[in-house]
Amino acid sequence: MSTQIQEEADEPTETEAETAPAERQSPGDRRRAEKRTASDQAVGSEPVGRADDDTFRLKVFRYDPEVEGKMEPRFDDFYVPREKGMTVLDALIYARDHYDTTLTFRHSCRQAVCGSDAFFVNGRQRLGCQTQISDLEAPIRVEPLPHQDVVKDLVVDMEHFYDQMHAVEPFFQEDDLPSGDLEEQRQSRENREKIKMSTRCIWCGACMSSCNIAAGDNEYLGPAAINKAYRFAMDDREGDDLKQHRLNIMDQEHGVWRCQTQFSCTNVCPKDIPLTEHIQELKREAVKQNLKFW
Amino acid sequence: MSQSYNRGLIEDFGRWREFTAGMWAWILHKFTGWVLIGYLFTHIAVLSTALSGANAYTNTLQGLESLLLVRVMEVGLLAVAVFHILNGVRLLFVDLGVGLEAQDKSFYASLVVTAVIVLASIPTFLEGAF
Repeated sequence: MSTQIQEEADEPTETEAETAPAERQSPGDRRRAEKRTASDQAVGSEPVGRADDDTFRLKVFRYDPEVEGKMEPRFDDFYVPREKGMTVLDALIYARDHYDTTLTFRHSCRQAVCGSDAFFVNGRQRLGCQTQISDLEAPIRVEPLPHQDVVKDLVVDMEHFYDQMHAVEPFFQEDDLPSGDLEEQRQSRENREKIKMSTRCIWCGACMSSCNIAAGDNEYLGPAAINKAYRFAMDDREGDDLKQHRLNIMDQEHGVWRCQTQFSCTNVCPKDIPLTEHIQELKREAVKQNLKFW
Repeated sequence: MSQSYNRGLIEDFGRWREFTAGMWAWILHKFTGWVLIGYLFTHIAVLSTALSGANAYTNTLQGLESLLLVRVMEVGLLAVAVFHILNGVRLLFVDLGVGLEAQDKSFYASLVVTAVIVLASIPTFLEGAF
């Protein structure tokens, strides 16, 4: 469908119609309207689908480095029929299946478990499959996650995020296993409750993308990796030496101390993990370890 | 992968409408911090006029206080200092892990308390200035 490059002849009439009613409004409204028209012009494509009461407008970020004429990033507009219980991911799937098969985005489980469909929806990092259309204001603007390189359309390069996750050794380690043959290594209920929320991370990368400290400092581990470290550092089944080893990784300039408590990550986390709280607790643990001179 | 596209810093000030409470607190805390550092140097400059005698000091202060702009800026300085103190206390609680669920409310509270204190101080600061 939009593999053809759009012709520019249709545009002027469209923009005139949109600027006309804006003149009566306040200067701020007028500027915003102008901005909107300007960004619509930059879109370069006419909306796909019917605009009526049963549909809503979906603006999707498009970029494809391999196709001539699509190398310039732009927004495509699709009118998608509104359905009860429809999510942003459903709308994207509809647009892909009915309008443009080249529309590319990651998705798998569609139930907020796999963590592959984190997008920047209406100015906020959200999981596409978890976000109801009815909760959003139309037009719905879907962009790839900020602060990550775009590979194609809504697909971003997650390599750096995974590197940071692996840097904190995100796996259970043990120095003294119980000696008995069939003896179990048990975790207390209290300890399980303590780390419960931190185990829910789905590696979607929304927190890392929302953190503007991480955006400015490429070495910063980021909220997800620190939360992963918290999950194991606070686990009682790992011995004291291991906890100290984990805190040594955290207690660095680009570790926990880069966090400046903006709460951006905590606000966007689709699994409601109290990330800032965990980072702050690791900061206190690190200080306690350094002060321990007895 | 042949090529990728770097969108740059997306959360720039053009998106200020979408900033959350924690983000605003961070921006304002940085801003007020820099203002206070800047003030510190002018403060030292004014105080060190006392080195050239008591009269020079008195004259400098009286000269400054007779300017309307300085009177108005003093109110601004109070606002900056009070917000920085209150938000600093908020950050202290955040560091201690107390009340992190209410961090947005405590930010709004520090704004409100700042406004109240500054408004209450205006009669004192601007007395006889006009």
